[in-house]
Amino acid sequence: MAVEMAMEPDYMRDPRKHHFSPYMENGGTSIAIAGDDFVMIASDTRLTRGFNILSRNQEKVLRLTPHTMMASSGCWADVLTLSKVLQDRITMYSHEHNESMPTTAVAQMLSTMLYWRRFFPYYVANILAGLDEQGKGVVYHYDPVGHMEQLNFSATGASVAQIQPLLDNQVAALNMKGATPPKMTKDLARQLIHDAFISAAERDINTGDGIIIHTITKEGKTEEMVKLRRD
Amino acid sequence: MALESLHGVERYQHKWNEVQEEAALPEIGNFTNQYQLMMPPLPKAECQVGEYLVDETGRKMKLNYAHGTTTLGFKFKGGAVLAVDSRATSGQYIGSGNVRKIIEISPYLLGTMAGGAADCTYWNRVLAKQCRIYELRNRERISVAAASKLLANMVYQYKGYGLSMGVMVAGWDKKGAGLYYVDSDGNRMPGNVFSVGSGSLYAYGVLDSGYRWDMTDEEAYELGRRAIYHATHRDAYSGGIVRVYHIKEGGWVRISEQDSKDLHYAYAEGKTTTQ
Repeated sequence: MAVEMAMEPDYMRDPRKHHFSPYMENGGTSIAIAGDDFVMIASDTRLTRGFNILSRNQEKVLRLTPHTMMASSGCWADVLTLSKVLQDRITMYSHEHNESMPTTAVAQMLSTMLYWRRFFPYYVANILAGLDEQGKGVVYHYDPVGHMEQLNFSATGASVAQIQPLLDNQVAALNMKGATPPKMTKDLARQLIHDAFISAAERDINTGDGIIIHTITKEGKTEEMVKLRRD
Repeated sequence: MALESLHGVERYQHKWNEVQEEAALPEIGNFTNQYQLMMPPLPKAECQVGEYLVDETGRKMKLNYAHGTTTLGFKFKGGAVLAVDSRATSGQYIGSGNVRKIIEISPYLLGTMAGGAADCTYWNRVLAKQCRIYELRNRERISVAAASKLLANMVYQYKGYGLSMGVMVAGWDKKGAGLYYVDSDGNRMPGNVFSVGSGSLYAYGVLDSGYRWDMTDEEAYELGRRAIYHATHRDAYSGGIVRVYHIKEGGWVRISEQDSKDLHYAYAEGKTTTQ
Protein backbone atom coordinates (compact mmCIF):
# COMPACT_ATOMS: atom_id res chain seq x y z
CA MET A 1 0.00 0.00 0.00
CA ALA A 2 1.56 3.26 -1.01
CA VAL A 3 1.89 5.70 1.87
CA GLU A 4 0.43 9.03 0.89
CA MET A 5 1.47 11.07 3.87
CA ALA A 6 3.67 13.42 1.83
CA MET A 7 0.88 14.10 -0.65
CA GLU A 8 -0.91 17.46 -0.56
CA PRO A 9 -4.71 17.54 -0.44
CA ASP A 10 -6.19 17.50 -3.89
CA TYR A 11 -7.26 21.13 -3.88
CA MET A 12 -3.62 22.15 -3.42
CA ARG A 13 -2.20 20.08 -6.24
CA ASP A 14 -1.72 21.24 -9.80
CA PRO A 15 -4.70 22.77 -11.55
CA ARG A 16 -7.13 20.25 -12.98
CA LYS A 17 -9.71 20.60 -15.66
CA HIS A 18 -13.05 21.35 -14.16
CA HIS A 19 -16.37 22.13 -15.71
CA PHE A 20 -17.60 24.67 -13.23
CA SER A 21 -17.63 28.10 -14.77
CA PRO A 22 -18.17 31.26 -12.78
CA TYR A 23 -19.47 32.97 -15.92
CA MET A 24 -22.56 32.69 -18.06
CA GLU A 25 -23.57 34.61 -21.14
CA ASN A 26 -27.05 36.08 -20.57
CA GLY A 27 -27.28 38.32 -23.63
CA GLY A 28 -28.71 41.80 -23.76
CA THR A 29 -27.87 44.90 -25.75
CA SER A 30 -27.79 48.59 -24.84
CA ILE A 31 -27.57 51.86 -26.75
CA ALA A 32 -26.96 55.38 -25.51
CA ILE A 33 -27.10 58.63 -27.48
CA ALA A 34 -26.18 62.03 -26.08
CA GLY A 35 -27.46 65.43 -27.16
CA ASP A 36 -26.68 68.98 -26.10
CA ASP A 37 -29.01 68.95 -23.15
CA PHE A 38 -30.24 65.40 -22.86
CA VAL A 39 -29.08 61.82 -23.01
CA MET A 40 -31.05 58.77 -24.00
CA ILE A 41 -30.17 55.26 -22.90
CA ALA A 42 -32.03 52.11 -23.84
CA SER A 43 -31.70 48.41 -23.28
CA ASP A 44 -33.60 45.41 -24.51
CA THR A 45 -35.49 43.34 -21.97
CA ARG A 46 -34.58 39.80 -22.93
CA LEU A 47 -32.45 37.60 -20.71
CA THR A 48 -31.21 34.39 -22.30
CA ARG A 49 -29.14 31.37 -21.50
CA GLY A 50 -28.00 29.52 -24.58
CA PHE A 51 -31.16 28.94 -26.61
CA ASN A 52 -33.49 29.47 -23.67
CA ILE A 53 -35.17 32.68 -22.67
CA LEU A 54 -34.97 33.33 -18.96
CA SER A 55 -37.00 36.51 -18.95
CA ARG A 56 -38.82 38.74 -21.40
CA ASN A 57 -39.01 41.83 -19.22
CA GLN A 58 -35.75 42.26 -17.38
CA GLU A 59 -34.90 45.90 -16.85
CA LYS A 60 -31.21 46.40 -17.56
CA VAL A 61 -30.77 50.10 -17.05
CA LEU A 62 -29.84 51.13 -13.54
CA ARG A 63 -30.46 54.61 -12.22
CA LEU A 64 -27.35 55.63 -10.29
CA THR A 65 -27.95 59.32 -9.55
CA PRO A 66 -30.63 61.77 -10.71
CA HIS A 67 -28.51 62.55 -13.75
CA THR A 68 -26.64 59.31 -14.45
CA MET A 69 -27.77 55.91 -15.61
CA MET A 70 -25.90 52.74 -16.45
CA ALA A 71 -26.92 49.95 -18.81
CA SER A 72 -25.20 46.62 -18.27
CA SER A 73 -25.41 43.25 -19.93
CA GLY A 74 -23.35 40.10 -20.19
CA CYS A 75 -23.24 37.79 -17.20
CA TRP A 76 -26.31 38.72 -15.17
CA ALA A 77 -24.79 37.65 -11.86
CA ASP A 78 -21.88 40.03 -12.40
CA VAL A 79 -24.25 42.79 -13.47
CA LEU A 80 -26.19 42.47 -10.22
CA THR A 81 -23.08 42.57 -8.04
CA LEU A 82 -21.46 45.41 -9.96
CA SER A 83 -24.66 47.47 -9.76
CA LYS A 84 -24.92 46.86 -6.03
CA VAL A 85 -21.29 47.75 -5.32
CA LEU A 86 -21.48 50.84 -7.52
CA GLN A 87 -24.72 52.02 -5.98
CA ASP A 88 -23.28 51.60 -2.48
CA ARG A 89 -20.27 53.75 -3.32
CA ILE A 90 -22.44 56.42 -4.90
CA THR A 91 -24.63 56.54 -1.82
CA MET A 92 -21.54 56.84 0.37
CA TYR A 93 -20.31 59.74 -1.75
CA SER A 94 -23.60 61.59 -1.39
CA HIS A 95 -23.47 61.10 2.39
CA GLU A 96 -19.89 62.34 2.63
CA HIS A 97 -20.19 65.28 0.23
CA ASN A 98 -23.83 66.20 0.70
CA GLU A 99 -24.43 66.25 -3.04
CA SER A 100 -24.94 63.59 -5.68
CA MET A 101 -21.87 62.28 -7.43
CA PRO A 102 -21.14 64.00 -10.76
CA THR A 103 -21.24 61.85 -13.90
CA THR A 104 -17.52 62.23 -14.64
CA ALA A 105 -16.65 61.01 -11.14
CA VAL A 106 -18.99 58.03 -11.44
CA ALA A 107 -17.42 57.18 -14.78
CA GLN A 108 -13.88 57.18 -13.42
CA MET A 109 -14.90 55.26 -10.31
CA LEU A 110 -16.52 52.57 -12.41
CA SER A 111 -13.37 52.27 -14.49
CA THR A 112 -11.19 51.79 -11.38
CA MET A 113 -13.73 49.38 -9.91
CA LEU A 114 -13.67 47.22 -13.03
CA TYR A 115 -9.86 47.21 -13.08
CA TRP A 116 -9.78 45.99 -9.45
CA ARG A 117 -11.08 42.75 -10.85
CA ARG A 118 -8.49 42.63 -13.64
CA PHE A 119 -7.64 38.99 -12.97
CA PHE A 120 -11.18 37.74 -12.38
CA PRO A 121 -13.19 40.21 -14.40
CA TYR A 122 -16.79 41.26 -14.21
CA TYR A 123 -18.05 39.77 -17.44
CA VAL A 124 -20.15 42.86 -18.08
CA ALA A 125 -20.56 45.19 -21.03
CA ASN A 126 -21.30 48.65 -19.65
CA ILE A 127 -22.50 51.95 -20.91
CA LEU A 128 -22.82 54.93 -18.64
CA ALA A 129 -24.94 57.87 -19.76
CA GLY A 130 -25.54 61.13 -18.00
CA LEU A 131 -25.41 64.89 -17.90
CA ASP A 132 -22.10 66.47 -17.03
CA GLU A 133 -21.68 69.50 -14.75
CA GLN A 134 -22.58 71.85 -17.61
CA GLY A 135 -25.77 69.94 -18.38
CA LYS A 136 -24.46 68.51 -21.63
CA GLY A 137 -25.16 64.88 -22.43
CA VAL A 138 -22.23 62.46 -22.30
CA VAL A 139 -21.86 58.73 -22.87
CA TYR A 140 -19.07 56.50 -21.55
CA HIS A 141 -18.29 53.11 -23.06
CA TYR A 142 -16.42 50.40 -21.12
CA ASP A 143 -14.72 47.13 -21.86
CA PRO A 144 -14.94 44.31 -19.25
CA VAL A 145 -11.78 45.45 -17.41
CA GLY A 146 -12.43 49.15 -17.26
CA HIS A 147 -11.06 50.85 -20.36
CA MET A 148 -13.25 53.90 -20.57
CA GLU A 149 -14.01 56.09 -23.55
CA GLN A 150 -16.06 59.26 -23.59
CA LEU A 151 -18.34 59.48 -26.62
CA ASN A 152 -21.52 61.02 -27.96
CA PHE A 153 -23.17 57.71 -28.76
CA SER A 154 -22.42 54.05 -28.27
CA ALA A 155 -23.82 50.55 -28.32
CA THR A 156 -22.72 47.54 -26.33
CA GLY A 157 -23.72 43.99 -25.59
CA ALA A 158 -24.62 40.98 -27.71
CA SER A 159 -25.72 42.88 -30.82
CA VAL A 160 -23.05 45.55 -30.73
CA ALA A 161 -21.63 44.50 -34.10
CA GLN A 162 -25.05 44.97 -35.73
CA ILE A 163 -25.96 48.26 -34.09
CA GLN A 164 -22.72 50.24 -33.81
CA PRO A 165 -22.16 50.57 -37.59
CA LEU A 166 -25.73 51.82 -37.96
CA LEU A 167 -25.15 54.47 -35.31
CA ASP A 168 -21.78 55.46 -36.82
CA ASN A 169 -23.56 56.07 -40.09
CA GLN A 170 -26.70 57.82 -38.83
CA VAL A 171 -25.49 59.77 -35.81
CA ALA A 172 -21.97 60.75 -36.83
CA ALA A 173 -22.12 60.36 -40.63
CA LEU A 174 -18.69 58.75 -40.37
CA ASN A 175 -16.78 58.12 -43.57
CA MET A 176 -19.58 59.43 -45.75
CA LYS A 177 -18.66 61.81 -48.52
CA GLY A 178 -20.44 65.12 -48.34
CA ALA A 179 -22.70 64.15 -45.44
CA THR A 180 -23.01 66.19 -42.27
CA PRO A 181 -24.12 64.69 -38.99
CA PRO A 182 -27.69 65.70 -38.04
CA LYS A 183 -28.43 67.85 -35.03
CA MET A 184 -29.31 65.37 -32.34
CA THR A 185 -32.79 65.88 -30.94
CA LYS A 186 -34.80 63.68 -28.61
CA ASP A 187 -37.13 62.59 -31.40
CA LEU A 188 -34.29 61.64 -33.71
CA ALA A 189 -32.46 59.77 -30.95
CA ARG A 190 -35.60 57.87 -29.98
CA GLN A 191 -36.34 56.95 -33.58
CA LEU A 192 -32.77 55.77 -34.18
CA ILE A 193 -32.73 53.70 -31.01
CA HIS A 194 -36.03 52.08 -31.90
CA ASP A 195 -34.94 51.32 -35.48
CA ALA A 196 -31.58 49.99 -34.37
CA PHE A 197 -33.16 47.57 -31.94
CA ILE A 198 -35.74 46.42 -34.47
CA SER A 199 -32.96 45.59 -36.92
CA ALA A 200 -30.83 43.91 -34.27
CA ALA A 201 -33.76 41.78 -33.11
CA GLU A 202 -34.16 40.49 -36.66
CA ARG A 203 -30.61 39.25 -36.85
CA ASP A 204 -29.58 38.28 -33.33
CA ILE A 205 -31.40 35.73 -31.21
CA ASN A 206 -30.18 37.30 -27.99
CA THR A 207 -32.01 40.57 -28.63
CA GLY A 208 -35.75 41.10 -28.67
CA ASP A 209 -38.96 41.11 -26.59
CA GLY A 210 -38.95 44.79 -25.76
CA ILE A 211 -36.92 47.89 -25.07
CA ILE A 212 -37.08 50.41 -22.28
CA ILE A 213 -35.85 53.85 -23.33
CA HIS A 214 -34.80 56.29 -20.61
CA THR A 215 -34.29 59.99 -21.25
CA ILE A 216 -32.41 62.19 -18.81
CA THR A 217 -32.69 65.95 -18.96
CA LYS A 218 -32.14 68.76 -16.50
CA GLU A 219 -35.79 68.52 -15.50
CA GLY A 220 -35.69 64.85 -14.71
CA LYS A 221 -36.01 61.54 -16.39
CA THR A 222 -38.70 59.82 -18.42
CA GLU A 223 -39.15 56.24 -19.41
CA GLU A 224 -40.80 54.53 -22.35
CA MET A 225 -41.46 50.86 -22.97
CA VAL A 226 -41.54 49.71 -26.60
CA LYS A 227 -42.44 46.23 -27.76
CA LEU A 228 -40.21 44.20 -30.04
CA ARG A 229 -40.50 40.80 -31.69
CA ARG A 230 -40.92 38.02 -29.20
CA ASP A 231 -39.61 35.25 -31.42
CA MET B 1 -47.64 30.00 18.76
CA ALA B 2 -50.65 31.48 17.14
CA LEU B 3 -51.78 32.66 20.60
CA GLU B 4 -48.43 34.26 21.17
CA SER B 5 -48.49 36.21 17.96
CA LEU B 6 -52.10 37.22 18.66
CA HIS B 7 -51.04 38.81 21.89
CA GLY B 8 -47.95 40.38 20.34
CA VAL B 9 -45.54 38.33 22.43
CA GLU B 10 -42.22 37.89 20.70
CA ARG B 11 -40.50 34.64 21.20
CA TYR B 12 -36.74 34.73 21.34
CA GLN B 13 -35.45 33.19 18.13
CA HIS B 14 -31.90 32.05 18.28
CA LYS B 15 -30.18 32.68 14.97
CA TRP B 16 -27.97 29.80 14.10
CA ASN B 17 -25.09 30.99 11.89
CA GLU B 18 -25.60 34.59 12.88
CA VAL B 19 -25.92 36.51 9.64
CA GLN B 20 -25.15 40.21 9.63
CA GLU B 21 -28.19 42.03 8.36
CA GLU B 22 -26.08 44.91 7.17
CA ALA B 23 -23.66 43.42 4.69
CA ALA B 24 -20.30 45.12 4.86
CA LEU B 25 -19.42 47.36 1.93
CA PRO B 26 -17.27 45.29 -0.42
CA GLU B 27 -13.68 46.35 -0.23
CA ILE B 28 -12.28 47.86 -3.45
CA GLY B 29 -8.57 47.68 -2.73
CA ASN B 30 -7.35 49.85 -5.54
CA PHE B 31 -9.25 52.93 -4.36
CA THR B 32 -6.80 53.24 -1.48
CA ASN B 33 -3.78 51.41 -2.85
CA GLN B 34 -3.57 51.54 -6.64
CA TYR B 35 -0.92 48.86 -6.81
CA GLN B 36 -3.16 46.24 -5.27
CA LEU B 37 -5.52 44.27 -7.51
CA MET B 38 -7.85 41.49 -6.46
CA MET B 39 -6.51 37.97 -6.82
CA PRO B 40 -8.99 35.36 -8.04
CA PRO B 41 -10.14 32.93 -5.32
CA LEU B 42 -8.13 30.02 -6.71
CA PRO B 43 -5.18 28.09 -5.35
CA LYS B 44 -1.91 29.02 -7.08
CA ALA B 45 -3.69 31.97 -8.61
CA GLU B 46 -0.80 33.06 -10.76
CA CYS B 47 -0.78 29.82 -12.74
CA GLN B 48 -4.49 29.72 -13.23
CA VAL B 49 -5.24 33.26 -14.24
CA GLY B 50 -6.98 32.91 -17.55
CA GLU B 51 -7.61 29.20 -17.28
CA TYR B 52 -10.95 29.39 -15.51
CA LEU B 53 -12.57 31.42 -18.25
CA VAL B 54 -14.76 28.60 -19.55
CA ASP B 55 -18.50 28.66 -19.94
CA GLU B 56 -20.92 26.00 -18.69
CA THR B 57 -20.19 23.65 -21.59
CA GLY B 58 -16.45 23.81 -21.02
CA ARG B 59 -15.69 25.97 -24.03
CA LYS B 60 -13.22 28.80 -23.61
CA MET B 61 -15.04 32.06 -23.13
CA LYS B 62 -14.05 34.94 -25.33
CA LEU B 63 -13.40 37.76 -22.93
CA ASN B 64 -12.13 40.28 -25.40
CA TYR B 65 -10.39 43.27 -23.92
CA ALA B 66 -9.73 46.34 -26.02
CA HIS B 67 -6.22 46.04 -27.50
CA GLY B 68 -4.19 48.95 -28.82
CA THR B 69 -1.92 48.64 -31.85
CA THR B 70 0.75 50.80 -33.59
CA THR B 71 2.77 53.41 -31.79
CA LEU B 72 6.20 54.83 -32.42
CA GLY B 73 8.62 57.28 -30.88
CA PHE B 74 12.05 58.58 -31.75
CA LYS B 75 14.57 61.14 -30.55
CA PHE B 76 16.28 63.58 -32.85
CA LYS B 77 18.11 66.87 -32.62
CA GLY B 78 14.88 68.84 -32.05
CA GLY B 79 13.66 66.68 -29.14
CA ALA B 80 11.39 63.64 -29.45
CA VAL B 81 8.42 62.81 -31.64
CA LEU B 82 5.65 60.34 -30.77
CA ALA B 83 3.13 59.13 -33.34
CA VAL B 84 0.22 56.76 -32.78
CA ASP B 85 -2.85 55.32 -34.50
CA SER B 86 -6.27 55.20 -32.81
CA ARG B 87 -7.86 51.80 -33.37
CA ALA B 88 -8.89 49.53 -30.50
CA THR B 89 -9.95 45.97 -31.27
CA SER B 90 -11.70 43.42 -29.06
CA GLY B 91 -11.05 40.21 -30.91
CA GLN B 92 -12.13 40.87 -34.50
CA TYR B 93 -14.50 43.68 -33.59
CA ILE B 94 -13.24 47.24 -33.84
CA GLY B 95 -14.24 48.57 -30.46
CA SER B 96 -13.25 52.12 -31.25
CA GLY B 97 -11.71 54.11 -34.06
CA ASN B 98 -10.77 57.06 -31.96
CA VAL B 99 -8.87 55.99 -28.89
CA ARG B 100 -6.37 58.44 -27.43
CA LYS B 101 -3.25 56.31 -27.32
CA ILE B 102 -0.98 59.06 -26.13
CA ILE B 103 -1.58 59.55 -22.45
CA GLU B 104 -0.64 62.92 -21.01
CA ILE B 105 1.09 62.07 -17.77
CA SER B 106 2.22 65.64 -17.06
CA PRO B 107 2.93 68.76 -19.16
CA TYR B 108 6.39 67.40 -20.01
CA LEU B 109 5.85 63.61 -19.87
CA LEU B 110 3.90 61.44 -22.28
CA GLY B 111 3.08 57.76 -22.26
CA THR B 112 1.84 55.68 -25.21
CA MET B 113 -0.61 52.82 -25.21
CA ALA B 114 -0.12 49.45 -26.90
CA GLY B 115 -1.45 46.08 -25.83
CA GLY B 116 -4.32 46.00 -23.38
CA ALA B 117 -6.05 49.39 -23.33
CA ALA B 118 -7.31 49.12 -19.76
CA ASP B 119 -3.86 48.03 -18.53
CA CYS B 120 -2.12 50.94 -20.24
CA THR B 121 -4.58 53.62 -19.16
CA TYR B 122 -4.74 52.37 -15.58
CA TRP B 123 -0.99 52.08 -14.99
CA ASN B 124 -0.24 55.32 -16.84
CA ARG B 125 -2.73 57.04 -14.57
CA VAL B 126 -1.08 55.57 -11.47
CA LEU B 127 2.26 56.72 -12.90
CA ALA B 128 0.86 60.25 -13.33
CA LYS B 129 -0.14 60.25 -9.68
CA GLN B 130 3.32 59.03 -8.59
CA CYS B 131 5.08 61.64 -10.76
CA ARG B 132 3.02 64.41 -9.22
CA ILE B 133 3.73 63.16 -5.70
CA TYR B 134 7.45 63.07 -6.56
CA GLU B 135 7.24 66.68 -7.71
CA LEU B 136 5.52 67.77 -4.53
CA ARG B 137 7.92 65.92 -2.28
CA ASN B 138 11.17 66.80 -4.04
CA ARG B 139 10.27 70.21 -5.47
CA GLU B 140 11.64 69.31 -8.87
CA ARG B 141 10.40 67.47 -11.92
CA ILE B 142 10.87 63.75 -12.14
CA SER B 143 13.36 62.51 -14.74
CA VAL B 144 12.16 60.32 -17.59
CA ALA B 145 14.46 57.54 -16.38
CA ALA B 146 12.88 57.62 -12.93
CA ALA B 147 9.33 57.79 -14.27
CA SER B 148 9.89 54.82 -16.55
CA LYS B 149 11.52 52.92 -13.68
CA LEU B 150 8.46 53.54 -11.50
CA LEU B 151 6.21 52.14 -14.20
CA ALA B 152 8.45 49.13 -14.84
CA ASN B 153 8.51 48.29 -11.12
CA MET B 154 4.74 48.61 -10.84
CA VAL B 155 4.05 46.06 -13.52
CA TYR B 156 6.89 43.74 -12.58
CA GLN B 157 4.85 42.70 -9.54
CA TYR B 158 2.30 41.28 -11.93
CA LYS B 159 4.75 39.56 -14.26
CA GLY B 160 3.21 36.33 -15.51
CA TYR B 161 -0.34 37.31 -14.57
CA GLY B 162 -1.33 38.20 -18.07
CA LEU B 163 -1.02 41.99 -18.14
CA SER B 164 -0.43 43.16 -21.67
CA MET B 165 1.27 46.51 -21.94
CA GLY B 166 3.93 47.94 -24.24
CA VAL B 167 4.44 51.56 -23.31
CA MET B 168 6.88 54.25 -24.31
CA VAL B 169 7.57 56.88 -21.68
CA ALA B 170 8.88 60.02 -23.31
CA GLY B 171 9.55 63.45 -21.90
CA TRP B 172 11.89 66.33 -21.32
CA ASP B 173 14.20 66.48 -18.31
CA LYS B 174 17.63 67.86 -17.32
CA LYS B 175 19.34 65.57 -19.82
CA GLY B 176 17.17 66.73 -22.70
CA ALA B 177 14.64 64.50 -24.44
CA GLY B 178 14.20 61.06 -22.91
CA LEU B 179 12.62 57.97 -24.44
CA TYR B 180 12.20 54.66 -22.67
CA TYR B 181 10.36 51.49 -23.64
CA VAL B 182 8.61 49.65 -20.79
CA ASP B 183 6.54 46.52 -21.10
CA SER B 184 4.62 44.07 -18.96
CA ASP B 185 7.32 41.40 -19.30
CA GLY B 186 9.55 43.63 -17.21
CA ASN B 187 11.64 45.11 -20.04
CA ARG B 188 12.76 48.68 -19.65
CA MET B 189 15.27 50.18 -22.04
CA PRO B 190 16.30 53.60 -23.25
CA GLY B 191 16.68 54.15 -26.96
CA ASN B 192 16.53 56.52 -29.87
CA VAL B 193 13.94 54.77 -32.03
CA PHE B 194 11.08 52.52 -30.92
CA SER B 195 7.90 51.18 -32.45
CA VAL B 196 5.43 49.07 -30.48
CA GLY B 197 2.35 47.09 -31.42
CA SER B 198 1.06 44.72 -34.06
CA GLY B 199 1.84 47.23 -36.81
CA SER B 200 5.30 48.03 -35.53
CA LEU B 201 7.00 45.91 -38.17
CA TYR B 202 5.55 48.07 -40.92
CA ALA B 203 6.32 51.26 -39.04
CA TYR B 204 9.94 50.24 -38.46
CA GLY B 205 10.46 49.75 -42.17
CA VAL B 206 9.50 53.32 -42.97
CA LEU B 207 11.02 54.77 -39.81
CA ASP B 208 14.43 53.16 -40.17
CA SER B 209 14.78 54.09 -43.82
CA GLY B 210 13.97 57.76 -43.24
CA TYR B 211 15.54 58.38 -39.83
CA ARG B 212 18.41 60.81 -39.35
CA TRP B 213 19.47 62.56 -36.16
CA ASP B 214 19.63 65.99 -37.77
CA MET B 215 16.16 66.15 -39.28
CA THR B 216 14.19 69.36 -39.10
CA ASP B 217 11.05 69.37 -36.99
CA GLU B 218 8.80 69.21 -40.05
CA GLU B 219 10.71 66.26 -41.50
CA ALA B 220 10.45 64.45 -38.18
CA TYR B 221 6.66 64.95 -37.97
CA GLU B 222 6.24 63.74 -41.52
CA LEU B 223 8.40 60.68 -40.90
CA GLY B 224 6.35 59.69 -37.86
CA ARG B 225 3.10 60.32 -39.70
CA ARG B 226 4.10 58.31 -42.72
CA ALA B 227 5.35 55.41 -40.68
CA ILE B 228 2.05 55.15 -38.81
CA TYR B 229 0.07 55.60 -42.01
CA HIS B 230 1.87 52.70 -43.65
CA ALA B 231 1.25 50.54 -40.61
CA THR B 232 -2.47 51.38 -40.66
CA HIS B 233 -2.55 50.56 -44.36
CA ARG B 234 -1.12 47.07 -44.01
CA ASP B 235 -2.03 45.99 -40.48
CA ALA B 236 -5.68 45.15 -39.95
CA TYR B 237 -5.46 45.92 -36.27
CA SER B 238 -4.22 49.48 -36.82
CA GLY B 239 -6.18 52.35 -38.23
CA GLY B 240 -8.20 55.43 -37.51
CA ILE B 241 -6.63 58.78 -36.75
CA VAL B 242 -2.88 59.36 -36.89
CA ARG B 243 -1.75 61.60 -34.02
CA VAL B 244 1.66 63.24 -33.78
CA TYR B 245 3.13 64.88 -30.67
CA HIS B 246 6.44 66.70 -30.25
CA ILE B 247 8.38 66.83 -27.00
CA LYS B 248 10.70 69.79 -26.64
CA GLU B 249 12.11 72.02 -23.98
CA GLY B 250 8.87 73.63 -22.86
CA GLY B 251 7.06 70.31 -22.67
CA TRP B 252 4.97 68.40 -25.19
CA VAL B 253 2.95 69.89 -28.04
CA ARG B 254 0.17 68.26 -30.06
CA ILE B 255 1.19 68.61 -33.71
CA SER B 256 -1.48 66.97 -35.85
CA GLU B 257 -4.45 64.61 -35.87
CA GLN B 258 -5.31 63.31 -39.33
CA ASP B 259 -7.52 60.49 -40.50
CA SER B 260 -5.43 57.74 -42.14
CA LYS B 261 -7.99 57.63 -44.93
CA ASP B 262 -7.26 61.26 -45.85
CA LEU B 263 -3.53 60.63 -45.58
CA HIS B 264 -3.89 57.72 -47.99
CA TYR B 265 -5.34 59.89 -50.75
CA ALA B 266 -2.91 62.73 -50.04
CA TYR B 267 0.10 60.42 -50.27
CA ALA B 268 -1.29 58.69 -53.36
CA GLU B 269 -1.34 62.02 -55.17
CA GLY B 270 2.11 62.85 -53.80
CA LYS B 271 3.53 59.56 -55.00
CA THR B 272 2.53 60.10 -58.61
CA THR B 273 3.83 63.67 -58.75
CA THR B 274 7.33 62.79 -57.48
CA GLN B 275 7.68 60.11 -60.18
